Amino acid sequence: MTTPLLELRQITVSFDGFLALRDLNLSLQPGELRAVIGPNGAGKTTFLDVITGKTKPTEGQVVFKGRSLVGAREHRIARLGIGRKFQSPRVFEKLSVQENLALAVSRPKQPLDLLFGRLTADQRDQVQHLMEIVNLQNRADWLAGSLSHGQKQWLEIAMLVGQDPDLLLVDEPVAGLTDEETDLTADLLKSLAGDHTVLVIEHDMEFIRRLNSPVTVLHQGHVLCEGSMDQIQQDPQVIEVYLGTQEEM
Amino acid sequence: MFQAFQQQRWRWLVFWAVIVAVAIAAPAVLPVFRLNLLGRFLSLAIVALGIDLIWGFTGLLSLGQGIFFALGGYGAAMYLQLNSSSGQPNGIPEFFSLYGVDRLPFFWEPFHNPLFTLIAIWLVPSLLAALLGNMVFRNRIKGVYFSILTQAALLVFFNFFNGQQKLINGTNGLKTDVTQLFGQMVGSPEMQRYFFWVTCVLVFLAWLFVRWVVKGRFGDVLIAIRDDEPRLRFTGFNPTLFKTIVFAIAGGLAGIGGALFTVQSGIVSPQYMAVPFSIEMVIWVAVGGRGTLVGAIFGAVVIMYAKSLVSEAWPQGWLFIQGGLFILVVTVLPEGVIGWFKTDGPQNLLSKVGWVRKLATYPKLEIDGNEEVQP
Repeated sequence: MTTPLLELRQITVSFDGFLALRDLNLSLQPGELRAVIGPNGAGKTTFLDVITGKTKPTEGQVVFKGRSLVGAREHRIARLGIGRKFQSPRVFEKLSVQENLALAVSRPKQPLDLLFGRLTADQRDQVQHLMEIVNLQNRADWLAGSLSHGQKQWLEIAMLVGQDPDLLLVDEPVAGLTDEETDLTADLLKSLAGDHTVLVIEHDMEFIRRLNSPVTVLHQGHVLCEGSMDQIQQDPQVIEVYLGTQEEM
Repeated sequence: MFQAFQQQRWRWLVFWAVIVAVAIAAPAVLPVFRLNLLGRFLSLAIVALGIDLIWGFTGLLSLGQGIFFALGGYGAAMYLQLNSSSGQPNGIPEFFSLYGVDRLPFFWEPFHNPLFTLIAIWLVPSLLAALLGNMVFRNRIKGVYFSILTQAALLVFFNFFNGQQKLINGTNGLKTDVTQLFGQMVGSPEMQRYFFWVTCVLVFLAWLFVRWVVKGRFGDVLIAIRDDEPRLRFTGFNPTLFKTIVFAIAGGLAGIGGALFTVQSGIVSPQYMAVPFSIEMVIWVAVGGRGTLVGAIFGAVVIMYAKSLVSEAWPQGWLFIQGGLFILVVTVLPEGVIGWFKTDGPQNLLSKVGWVRKLATYPKLEIDGNEEVQP
């Protein structure tokens, strides 16, 4: 077994006594595609907040590529190679599609480099390529704010890929997308896995099934079980959490 | 496409031709008093450019630009005072003798040097802005809390300068109009005309500079900070650094504006750090148009000129007009006057009153063969 890319060890997050996450353990292998599901309030988003440095865990360790992330600031964590897509699409609405992507692919991201340097030819090609992947090449000069919801979702995924992170954290990528778009998104994420490690949080079970990946079920801030989609659906605990107990039914 | 470009180009050419013509003709046409006023307002336009950079583009509403403005003014005034006091007892400015000071305070010393002064005018405010800004930004204080902090800082400086008679003549300020520069009196009409030119050139250079800053990816990052700072962090940028830099730039611009304003007003005093004045600076930018550089210049010059004309005719009237302007901008012109023109405001107004037909495409329809145009 190789060393995991990301490891969460006994993470507990307490918001004024309320335990959003308790004693959560999870590890991701390099190149893995992993889906995380869980009912509302299971702590899915808090769990991403902990990895990306937005929330500091009350207890526990987050280890990425062998180094601890606890206490590091968000932009440092991002530069180490963790990219995050938010639940509702968050793109820079007053910038064009191209400018959004240019910021994502810019490296280094220091003020003076941005002020005096220009995008290299490689980076410009990368922007062009990303726009083609998500089918926005005809919208290059459009303000991101004027895109449709689905296009914004895709633009944000493209920005995430442009950052070239080792680990992609994708929070509800298909919320509000059409079936066709959902399928395309699943294919896109599957094609990213392998080169990247991808963690997807989603409610849409059809989508998860299509990803065909191991699934982790979160419930009340800790891992309820892990396994393939079929195993998960047979698991009495999971059924209980999602559907309630036999008696209640 | 090419035609549109040509048309744009013509418009800009005409625009600049008018500006240059005005700048050249003004000294010949305007009486010295008016010319002097225009020069002062153009100095304020430089301050407004800085505010536009931090507020219009980066979303930082500073109510404390008066600090940096006054520091630039004090820098210029200290040099001029020293330059003209060789005939005084101890060779130090006259006012010191009123308070029984017979030795120059240490921080005055380097202002004997004109080169040092020219650098200090923008570097000192800039460094102070970087220091203040960094302390605030690193603690992720933003929005209205940032505004309140800058205003509090302004009050601290205002009170400090007011109380320091022995250091910088306290509430009386430093006069510059009777000082000497190049063997001439600073307040003389020839010198004032000269300062007017310098101001015109510096407004242009400041505009070019700020434009360079906001174009390109650096400017995109500023807009991204304004619109969604957390998202930018997760993209791997450090907003604190960017905000510190632009706040320092705005501070430096305010310092240059303050120095030019001082030599054309004849005095610098702690009144430059009064709270209402710094708020007025923000109003210029709001009325002219946040995020449009020409708007900042336009706002500062036109509002100040209107203020002086109105105040001459109807002394109490200006406050009502200023308040009215602010309400107008908040309610119907959120993009300011120039912003209104840029976003097809006139067209929309005409279509609202039924003069022309509405255009139905949003945001614009470019048919380049790849688009699927739906009926």
